[in-house]
Amino acid sequence: MAAVALVDAGGANIGSVRYALLRLGVESRLTIDADTLRAASHVILPGVGAAAAGMARLRELRLIEVVRNLTQPVLGLCLGMQLLFEHSEEGDTPCLGLLPGTLRRLKGGGVRVPHMGWNRLRIERAHRLLYGIESGAHMYFVHSYAADVGSATLASCEHGGEFSAVVQSRNFFGAQFHPERSAAAGARLLSNFLEL
Amino acid sequence: MLTRRIIPCLDVRDGKVVKGVRFANHAIAGDIVELAQRYRDEGADELVFYDIAASPEGRVVERAWIDRVAQVLDIPFSVAGGIRSVDDARAVLHAGADKISVNSPALERPQLVAELADAFGVQCVVVGIDSLRDDDGQWRVRRYSGDPARTQALAMRTLDWVVEAQRLGAGEIVLNCMGSDGVHDGYDIEQLRAVRDVCKVPLIASGGAGVTQHFCEVFERCDVDGALAASVFHSAAITIPAVKQSLREAGVAIRP
Repeated sequence: MAAVALVDAGGANIGSVRYALLRLGVESRLTIDADTLRAASHVILPGVGAAAAGMARLRELRLIEVVRNLTQPVLGLCLGMQLLFEHSEEGDTPCLGLLPGTLRRLKGGGVRVPHMGWNRLRIERAHRLLYGIESGAHMYFVHSYAADVGSATLASCEHGGEFSAVVQSRNFFGAQFHPERSAAAGARLLSNFLEL
Repeated sequence: MLTRRIIPCLDVRDGKVVKGVRFANHAIAGDIVELAQRYRDEGADELVFYDIAASPEGRVVERAWIDRVAQVLDIPFSVAGGIRSVDDARAVLHAGADKISVNSPALERPQLVAELADAFGVQCVVVGIDSLRDDDGQWRVRRYSGDPARTQALAMRTLDWVVEAQRLGAGEIVLNCMGSDGVHDGYDIEQLRAVRDVCKVPLIASGGAGVTQHFCEVFERCDVDGALAASVFHSAAITIPAVKQSLREAGVAIRP
């Protein structure tokens, strides 16, 4: 059976994601190899850090077109999710363009940035990725930029305004929070993804 | 709504969790992974591990236990202790920590904070501050507080360092009020309010928790984002479910 592939694009959370999958009994392979990615049953794009550095790393690895053309379920986590969008205000960075929208810096409402801690999801559109996860479930967020709620939004969250917390378009999925650090609800999202 | 965080702090030395009163006379409190899991099961929102001997002895925090913690833990955790460079930090983050916390080395070389923020993003960078009120009424920072024999008082005022650390790229500040640490009389409300006024990033209160009411008080009066405690949790003098219950009753937003 084809393995679950983790894109080794330098994200510091990659070990945590691998361990989270192991807790679900699933081995994953850390890779930068295009053929391994294409052959994988599921691909996860983790990421921590700045958008420009994340895109530069994918470009350096010659993975931009590879990721764009993947047809199996692909899940971007945190920065990995942000890279799936068209553009990020952070460093004025063009991204992969697989989801419609732009990442903007969180602001307004007198909230603190980075948005760091546990916050509640609101389910906007039912999807198998969210089976067993209710509106009000708490997930662990750490970010300073976010995508507006739009056509790709499956679940939203609020911090000085609403933003996209879980997104999907075609075979591309994303979570702005860290499911690998979001206790049982996060583990449920990962296991749902692996069932897709 | 973003919830307030309850954060048990596990001081680590030689692979064991220790915690003393006023940073002296440490006594062994238990196995790291065992305690980490216990707190996770009880509803801790995050864990902090301080390798208290790391800075004074000039060594980097050992990685083996970080990896063991990362395997079992499904809540976030940060690691502090002797992180002096981007390479040190990368090793800790790659071992599975979510954030790195710098204290004494950032006082020695403030540019370290900027280098870490550039390399990993501000959200990974916590600046820990040990602070004590001096006889002239000013709060000033302390260095090497993990070892009472080597602890140094610096001329830097705590409020100035909080401002400077944010300018350099701190994504979160943990303020450890040494005057109240380990004595269970409550958090240092006055100092935390003063720091809150100049702290735009998340602020975590540390030092002084003794009863559940202290947690309500620090959230309500200081608007901190999280409250950290160690010995009261290690000794089970109070439990995380009890803290969360009283916070819920007080109308503070918390994760169930």
